[in-house]
Amino acid sequence: MSNNATSFLEVKDLVVEYTSEGSVIHAVNGVSFALERGKTFGLVGETGAGKTSIAKAILRILPDPPAKIRNGQILLDGIDLLTLEEKDMRKIRGRRVSMIFQDPMTALNPIMKVGKQIAEVIKLHNKISNKQAEAEAGKMLELVGIPAERFNEYPHQFSGGMKQRVIIAMALACNPELLLADEPTTALDVTIQAQVLEMINKLKRDLNTSMIMISHNLGVVAEICDDLAVIYAGEVVELGSKETIFDRAAHPYTVGLFSAVPTLDEEKERLVPIIGLPPDPSNLPAGCHFHPRCPWADEACERESIPLREIAPGHFCRCIKVSAQEN
Amino acid sequence: MGRYILKRLIWMIPVVLGVTILVFSIMYLIPGDPAKMMLSPEATPEEIAAKREELGLNEPYLVRLGKFLGGIVFRFDFGDSWVYNQPVTKELLNRFPRTLTIAVICIGLQIIIGIPLGIIAAVNQNGLGDRISMFIALFGISLPNFWIALMLILFFSVKLGWLPPFGIDGFKYYILPCIANAFPGIATQARQTRSSMLEVIRSDYITTARAKGMSELQILLKHALPNALLPVITIIGNGMGMLLAGTVVIESIFSIPGIGMYLVGGINSRDYNIVQSSVIFLALAFTFIMLLVDLAYAFIDPRIKAQFARKHKRGHHA
Repeated sequence: MSNNATSFLEVKDLVVEYTSEGSVIHAVNGVSFALERGKTFGLVGETGAGKTSIAKAILRILPDPPAKIRNGQILLDGIDLLTLEEKDMRKIRGRRVSMIFQDPMTALNPIMKVGKQIAEVIKLHNKISNKQAEAEAGKMLELVGIPAERFNEYPHQFSGGMKQRVIIAMALACNPELLLADEPTTALDVTIQAQVLEMINKLKRDLNTSMIMISHNLGVVAEICDDLAVIYAGEVVELGSKETIFDRAAHPYTVGLFSAVPTLDEEKERLVPIIGLPPDPSNLPAGCHFHPRCPWADEACERESIPLREIAPGHFCRCIKVSAQEN
Repeated sequence: MGRYILKRLIWMIPVVLGVTILVFSIMYLIPGDPAKMMLSPEATPEEIAAKREELGLNEPYLVRLGKFLGGIVFRFDFGDSWVYNQPVTKELLNRFPRTLTIAVICIGLQIIIGIPLGIIAAVNQNGLGDRISMFIALFGISLPNFWIALMLILFFSVKLGWLPPFGIDGFKYYILPCIANAFPGIATQARQTRSSMLEVIRSDYITTARAKGMSELQILLKHALPNALLPVITIIGNGMGMLLAGTVVIESIFSIPGIGMYLVGGINSRDYNIVQSSVIFLALAFTFIMLLVDLAYAFIDPRIKAQFARKHKRGHHA
């Protein structure tokens, strides 16, 4: 799955930094991964691990200032998005790559009709009349399960789940090749979460869209992703197919994540938490960024940064303690 | 919506009535005898007493108030000016267009200069555009308008001789007073637009618009500006009210016979009817402008419109 030349999307050594009052926040520190057409790639990690920054970097919509992409390549069908002219990048946003945002409550313009907000992106990327764009937008609403008659309503007339559907309709309106779904269900309650996930999954299959699914919810990831990367402190700490990671989690952080999730079939008195807090991204610990919280850590872990190594075919892990454990 | 407008118009009645009673009472209570002021300083006490009787000043408070209100309600008569000896209403209507013209031009300048300045400042936050715009705004807010007026007269009338220094007799006469009077408004407008734009620019829906592939200009015009307009409109409404009532200084400097001068003259000569009717007139104008502001809110923001609709539904059940 990794460095083959046919990858549809390839992120190479991406570095994103935020500058805030003189101190530099290392949000993304050399993240690399690849995604094949039609597949879904999951980015998993705690809040603040840099997942959203990765997605926004792909679309180049990070707020600048304070955010800056310091290094890396983002190859979409072999073309580096980071070197494109802004004018050409605009043609990619919304058409070839689009994004579903985390918070449906604030991601829609409150004083614009929802139908118009969908029609806007259609009109922008297709040479069609306003009327046609609006008709298309109506169809998109139907597609996500909202009656087209609600075209002329405003976001405040919609529930959270409905707003998220509108955002999904907007993201899918131009039939993008790549969909960046940034915690699309986090702001929704559990019953709606399942509906929305199911819908995203179905639409993605029907339209053969590739997707990057950002989530801190392992259940969501299990349901949707083909491959996934576990992100910690702006680094990929483990990467592999969903089955590999779920069945043979190697990195202590990933192992910790799984033991912090309740399961129905095992009898457990208590969940095992990962001790401590995520590190301060403006002052990351030396060596392995996870060592202060790691049950396996010793002095070797603090000495120098740990490379991401292939511990089994297609299974990468950033831990020096692991090779011994893996067969 | 129509129902809401009607309701608001009906609400104007108690507001204006309250203002009327208040201003009448203040004029009743402040010291100074109009009769004495109208007559020459050598007038005998008998003459003064006779004048007071003639003006109806000896009648009790409630009778006078009743007569005044009755005149307004039944005959739309605000009484006569004692000093000028002519109906106040006529003079007000005569003067109002001048004050209104100045106010409208000033508001126009405020909008076409202040709003773009604010936008430029917000879009280039902490950049050169921001610094320049905010310097202009600081300039406009710090310098008193009478000083600007005098400088303008000095330069454009006295030195260059391009524009008339005072009076009102055609378009040319409006230029200097309007410029001098517009400065504080432009500054306030620019600052308010800036802060309101800054808030909007950071919103998630602006990122959404960017992710759609819109250009920065499109985002600004279609998403950012409409959302930033509410506080901006409030400033315009307030500014309009202030300009109608507060052009006294400018009217005095440029000797423009407007409402402000009329009102101040009335206060000085204790010409009760002038003061009362001018204030009522301004209160009417102000409430009307506020109604327009509220309607503009509803027009821009569907959430506010929905509230109006809900309110009048409740009215149905009551």
